[in-house]
Amino acid sequence: MVEPLLAATGLIKRFGGLVATDNVSIDVQRGEIHALIGPNGAGKTTLVSQLTGNLRPDTGTIHFAGRDITHLPMHARVRLGLARSFQITSVLREFTALDNVALAVQAHAGHSFRFLADTRRDESLRGPARRGLEEVGLAARADTPAANLSHGEQRQLEIAMALAGDPRLLLLDEPMAGMGVEESQRMIGFLQGLKDRRGMLLIEHDMDAVFQLADRITVLVYGRAIASGTPAEIRANAEVRQAYLGEDDV
Amino acid sequence: MDYLLLQMLNGVQLGLLMFLLAAGLTLTFGIMDLVNLAHGSLYMMGAYIAWMLIGWTDSFVLGALLALPATFLLGIVVEAIVMRRLYARDHLEQVLATFGLILFFNELVRVIWGPAGKSIAVPAFLSRTVEILPGVPYPAYRFAIIVVGALVAILLAWLVARTRIGMLIRAGASNRRMIGALGVNIELLFTLVFGLGAVFAGLAGLMAAPITSVKIGMGDDILILAFVIIVIGGIGSIKGAFVAAMVVGQIDIVGRAFLPDLLKTFLSASAASSAAPAISQVLIYIVMAGVLVWRPTGLFGQR
Amino acid sequence: MIAALATPRGLITALLLLVLAVLPLLTQAFDQRYLLSIGTRIVIWAIAAISFNMILGYGGMVSFGHAMFFGIGGYAVGILAHHGVASGFIQWPVAIVAATLWAALIGALSLRTRGLYFIMITLAFAQLVFYVGGGLEAYGADDGLNISRSRFPGLIDLRDKAAFYWLCFALLCGTLWFCSRFANSRFGLVIRGAKSNELRMTALGFPVFRYRLAAFTLSGAFGGLSGILLANEGAYISPAMMSWVKSGDLIVIVVLGGMGTLFGPLYGTIAFFVLEESLKPLLDLVAKGWGEYWQIVFGPMLVLIALYARGGIDSLFGSSKEWRRHG
Repeated sequence: MVEPLLAATGLIKRFGGLVATDNVSIDVQRGEIHALIGPNGAGKTTLVSQLTGNLRPDTGTIHFAGRDITHLPMHARVRLGLARSFQITSVLREFTALDNVALAVQAHAGHSFRFLADTRRDESLRGPARRGLEEVGLAARADTPAANLSHGEQRQLEIAMALAGDPRLLLLDEPMAGMGVEESQRMIGFLQGLKDRRGMLLIEHDMDAVFQLADRITVLVYGRAIASGTPAEIRANAEVRQAYLGEDDV
Repeated sequence: MDYLLLQMLNGVQLGLLMFLLAAGLTLTFGIMDLVNLAHGSLYMMGAYIAWMLIGWTDSFVLGALLALPATFLLGIVVEAIVMRRLYARDHLEQVLATFGLILFFNELVRVIWGPAGKSIAVPAFLSRTVEILPGVPYPAYRFAIIVVGALVAILLAWLVARTRIGMLIRAGASNRRMIGALGVNIELLFTLVFGLGAVFAGLAGLMAAPITSVKIGMGDDILILAFVIIVIGGIGSIKGAFVAAMVVGQIDIVGRAFLPDLLKTFLSASAASSAAPAISQVLIYIVMAGVLVWRPTGLFGQR
Repeated sequence: MIAALATPRGLITALLLLVLAVLPLLTQAFDQRYLLSIGTRIVIWAIAAISFNMILGYGGMVSFGHAMFFGIGGYAVGILAHHGVASGFIQWPVAIVAATLWAALIGALSLRTRGLYFIMITLAFAQLVFYVGGGLEAYGADDGLNISRSRFPGLIDLRDKAAFYWLCFALLCGTLWFCSRFANSRFGLVIRGAKSNELRMTALGFPVFRYRLAAFTLSGAFGGLSGILLANEGAYISPAMMSWVKSGDLIVIVVLGGMGTLFGPLYGTIAFFVLEESLKPLLDLVAKGWGEYWQIVFGPMLVLIALYARGGIDSLFGSSKEWRRHG
């Protein structure tokens, strides 16, 4: 049995009277794309926030590459190889696209207690950053302030930043949100190309994309994982159809 | 023993005064997300306006009562001219602007009333002692402060817990954006809250005046103490402000009362009396630091 | 750099630095000793402002207690001098270490908080230092203490006003150099990034608290240096040098000059001192005898600056081509 890359067991998270995460267990294998779907308010982002360390679960454990990371702060998990992109685009708006990715590279290049050397001349940061931008197709926009990028370009930048540290696991929160058909198809192809060496947990509402990309799907409703399996199994699952797929115009 | 009781009562009296000052401030911070450094100026203006009105009417009570609506009006005017434009801004701009207001008000007071301090005499009917316990006399004026302060605290608690406006205040303190969505006239609410805070500050200033005298900048140092109280109690929490004010009042007064004797055992008399107030302040800051380590948003603040 | 001189910003800055560099010669030529004293204080305050800008302008940390480092630096020097330790070689390192340690302690406590809390906590801690200073009867309590200037036998005589000025100017140049390297260094980028989007930086893998603490501590050390220089300038220490008004003035200076820019704090310091000196006679011109009430104009000016002129003086020079450097 191959040990999963990421394994969360028995996660429970309450906000006052609301149970946002109801005894959820989920795992991601290396080389697989695991999609997390569910209606709005099901608690998908809350779950991902617990996996990345933004929120602390009330109970439950999280293991990453065999290590217990349940009590590790977010930045430490990122340094171990767990990267995230945000649902609402979260880039450094005053910095250029290149600067954004260069910072992402810098985060994994040892410590940053260096006060004198000019990072703009540091090829060990700029080089990988430029390559990262090329990978997502933003090479032409390298010197544009992130605030001036189109929405789709900002989503691409998010991915580039997440990839900069060569992470083992990607947690992507609606990477295709707000994208048109063409852009989405490009992103899908791109993500498929990534899965080789990595694991991916993907939150998405775009069902076409989900069924194209996912090796496994977990369905979250009111904080509970009601079903988990291959796309075919999920499509056939009656409870899922009733709770979720039935409402969606697939 | 009696001495300790008297000092503790003084601590309650200071605590209630500080609560008046802190309550308005914590509401402004919590609901409007506004750093208002000039709150101490409202405290000062309350005292000066009361001094002026008491002089005109030759009656402490009448002058004090008239000073309250006057301070309320002042608060409304300040809110309309300056504060309103600061709500949407970031905290640095608020700090800068209200810092400018402090300088303005301090100078304004100097222009209108001159650089020398003023004094307000304790009204005749309160210049006696009250026997709070058999055989334990306590200055009637200070006792009056306690009574008024406690009444205002109860009134405020009732207002917040039982009225519609109080509900809006509580809702606003816990989630600012929601009250907008509820279709409430936000501008009016903010203006009223600010005005209320101004009245409380002015009331505190005029009540403190017979004890501490009326002078330029009298609000600035006491404002810092109000900040500490709010930090300890939690921004936006009136209950927190009350608890913290009581605690701080006790530490301040009882500290000042007993520390000099304690210090005199190993310091010279004059060194002890210099050091004592500093040490009691230090104790307050240590309490604040301790609270912050345990709860970074204060005892009753939003997590 | 030559290209930078061709811009209005470059020219004016170069001119300012030139004037500052030769100020003692100018004041002697025009026999204006008083101006040298003001000039010295401008230079010292500029050092404080430039280093404060690292956390305020670049880092977005609104600390309202920075003047406490003036006090620690100044009092360390003054207390040692008072007890017969006159050598600057001992006083100055002790003072800087004291300021650094205090900054690390206060930073560790305060940086766990956000927004309004952070502002008020830094203010409260500064008041703490202020009260302690005022409570030390042995060192003058509220009235302050006259001290003798630090001695650097064989090296420099600080009683020589011109020599002292040039020492301060050299330190100013050093501070400017450091800040220019800081802005685009790895460390500076983390600080600037955290101001832009703290969550993002944490999600990239940066332990933001550690870097902010380091910046706060560094800034405090420079503040201590400014305090040392101020104590030596007037040969005097008192709690007033660390009052909250001074902390407020420092914020005004940095915002006035242009936050998150290299020379902004320098412009701001000069403008602030010029305003202070000139508002009085200006007001007297407009309304006789009103000069002493200059703050009644200055106060509302600050309100207007806060509302409408946030870019500060630096933004008057137009946006720099290297906008990235200015965050």
